[in-house]
Amino acid sequence: MDFSFTEEQQLLEDTVRRFVARDYAFGKRRAIRDSAGGWSREAWQALADLGLLALNVPEEHGGLGAGPVDTMLALNALGPGLLLEPYLASAVVATALLRECPQQAGLLAQMAAGARIVVLAHEETETRGDPYRVATLCRPDGADFLLDGRKCVVAHAAAADFLIVSARLEDDLALFLVPRDAAGLSLDSYPTLDGTRAAEVHLAGVRLPATARLAAGLAALERARDIGLAALCAEAVGIMKAAIDATADYLRTRRQFGQPIGRFQALQHRAADMLLHYEQAKSMSYLAAMRCTSKDAAERRRALSAAKVLTGRAARFIGQQAVQLHGGMGMTDELVVSHWFKRLTAIEIEFGDSDTHLQQFIEASAFN
Amino acid sequence: MNLDFSDAENTFRAEVRAFVREKLPPAIRDKVANGLHLTRDEHVFWQRTLHARGWGGPGWPKAFGGPGWSPVEQYIFEEECALGGAPRPIPFGMKMVAPVIMAFGNQAQQERFLPKILAAEEWWCQGYSEPGAGSDLASLRTRAVRRGDQYLVNGQKTWNTLGQHADWIFCLVRTDPEAKAQRGISFLLIDMKSPGVTVRPIITLDGAHEVNEIWFEDVAVPVENRVGEENQGWTCAKFLLGHERSNIAGIGIAKRELARAKRIAAAETKRGKPLLSDPLFAARLAEIEIDLMALEITNLRVLSAEAENKAPGPEASILKIKGTELQQSISELILQAVGPYALPFGGAAPGPAHAANRAAQYLNLRKLSIYGGSNEIQKNILAQMILEL
Repeated sequence: MDFSFTEEQQLLEDTVRRFVARDYAFGKRRAIRDSAGGWSREAWQALADLGLLALNVPEEHGGLGAGPVDTMLALNALGPGLLLEPYLASAVVATALLRECPQQAGLLAQMAAGARIVVLAHEETETRGDPYRVATLCRPDGADFLLDGRKCVVAHAAAADFLIVSARLEDDLALFLVPRDAAGLSLDSYPTLDGTRAAEVHLAGVRLPATARLAAGLAALERARDIGLAALCAEAVGIMKAAIDATADYLRTRRQFGQPIGRFQALQHRAADMLLHYEQAKSMSYLAAMRCTSKDAAERRRALSAAKVLTGRAARFIGQQAVQLHGGMGMTDELVVSHWFKRLTAIEIEFGDSDTHLQQFIEASAFN
Repeated sequence: MNLDFSDAENTFRAEVRAFVREKLPPAIRDKVANGLHLTRDEHVFWQRTLHARGWGGPGWPKAFGGPGWSPVEQYIFEEECALGGAPRPIPFGMKMVAPVIMAFGNQAQQERFLPKILAAEEWWCQGYSEPGAGSDLASLRTRAVRRGDQYLVNGQKTWNTLGQHADWIFCLVRTDPEAKAQRGISFLLIDMKSPGVTVRPIITLDGAHEVNEIWFEDVAVPVENRVGEENQGWTCAKFLLGHERSNIAGIGIAKRELARAKRIAAAETKRGKPLLSDPLFAARLAEIEIDLMALEITNLRVLSAEAENKAPGPEASILKIKGTELQQSISELILQAVGPYALPFGGAAPGPAHAANRAAQYLNLRKLSIYGGSNEIQKNILAQMILEL
């Protein structure tokens, strides 16, 4: 039992916090959000220069080979900055998946350097709550494969150099590394509620060489998504902390009826409830980090789904109450609080919502 | 970072588990399992059994006859005792007055009182709350007037738990009526056999006699039974409240009760299927289990901070609030699980054995969010001490 972090881990967290404070202030983020692409290659390169894109890349491929605890600390610190770049999608999830594919060492090295971005394009309208329900079809055609289908709300698709696309191949589910500019692949891009970009990905007879098929399958995809889920929980916890600090600060300074509104017990108790949610979510993000690479599938499922349920509830409560306690100011686009709220709302939906994970938790716990 | 217990801690856990399994009489275990009130003798028996093993004072340092355990070892011990169905230790002597005597008492007081607490030779109760002083404890009015080498105590205490069994009571009394609130209070140890002490039962909503009113009429208390300086009793009181909240999350009890809820729900049926597989029930159960998983880690985080020689801080309020809410939620879930046989009360128990006494326990556990500083007071503490509002 040890809740301390190594000196290196603390240094990593400090580095990320400094990056957010110096290079990703709220005004800067707004400018990036309103730019044509909606993300910043310069910021991406800065993340690469800090070694953050190499965090999850194995050492033998030029990475740092760090574990989920380092990832947790990095996401915790990145959270309040509301990054518009595909850190979680590419540097965590896609990286975790590709490192299970020996032939992708070169790509991983490029990703670590910031030269390539890869995102997962898995979800479809029918995959909600069941990752096996993939309709995208793969047909062998000589030595090649042909992909047809549609992937939904693919985060950061337009920023990616490659998409990892899941498709049905006979009775199996196969994963393919597809260049974003492949013939037959088209994107309908749009902004999402947290200010990032996503896209509907249309695949119409996309021809791929046999080498595009990844060695990893659905089990590896699930492992990578759980590593991403742990990172997502850590991101949420970082935002929750920032939202609580900002709210407490507002309660101390905003005066009504001749006194700081933080003196009123109704508001004190609401803030205390936010703190209770936060502490529980923080504990669950520790559990998620420690169990996301567990070999015991049922234990991993229980821990990760439990973490997502509790984090989702906490994210909703803290996000809503941060807005409420800021009063009218909480409703404005001008304050970062409303943007934290929007990201927390998105987090509750991403990677399976709370109800989905509650069901998975129940199934993994064998209640029946 | 590492969330797993060490090999040594796991060995220790196994040792405690084996001990409880071997030494706890099934009759006591079954009463605990059914939420029934234990007799004084049953409590005393179990405390003496632990004491004989050297485990009488889990939180006590070796210097006073304790095992000198780390906070994590204490946590494991309490969890295993709870899981094994052992009686919850009566806290008033061992966890409340003893740490105060250790910290503020003189050597004579330590030698006189501590060994008898450890050996369960003297039963202690608490004289804190008064009819007019609950959450606002410092407004207490019980008076102690100095007469030579004695105090004469007059007043009324209430919500006194199990004082009907007690040999001694520790009291907060006002020794300086002129001083403001906290300043004129002293900490006295009073022999319950003293002339002028009257104990009157309060029957609670579950029909039980667990709490009392205690009246003091010209009760003579030797000055040597004052702990700490005169008018400095509030320091002891604050110190005690900090200790009272450590281990208050009750993780072991919650785990045991949640397991009971699952067993009951597996045995009960709804629409011809086990209640446990009912999606609505399973969802409620799962939400509670998830909250408990988180609280266990939160508890260990607080203990780990404590182990770095920090006294229990305001974070203990988090454990008190969440721990008591969870235990209440579980009792509510169990009440729901037993269905209509939750209704027979105080007479025949015509339903299955697992339904008997469930309503009484549900009712009784409403106390959890009221005692030890109500959960609203705990939220005040969080807002003021941690959020600095």
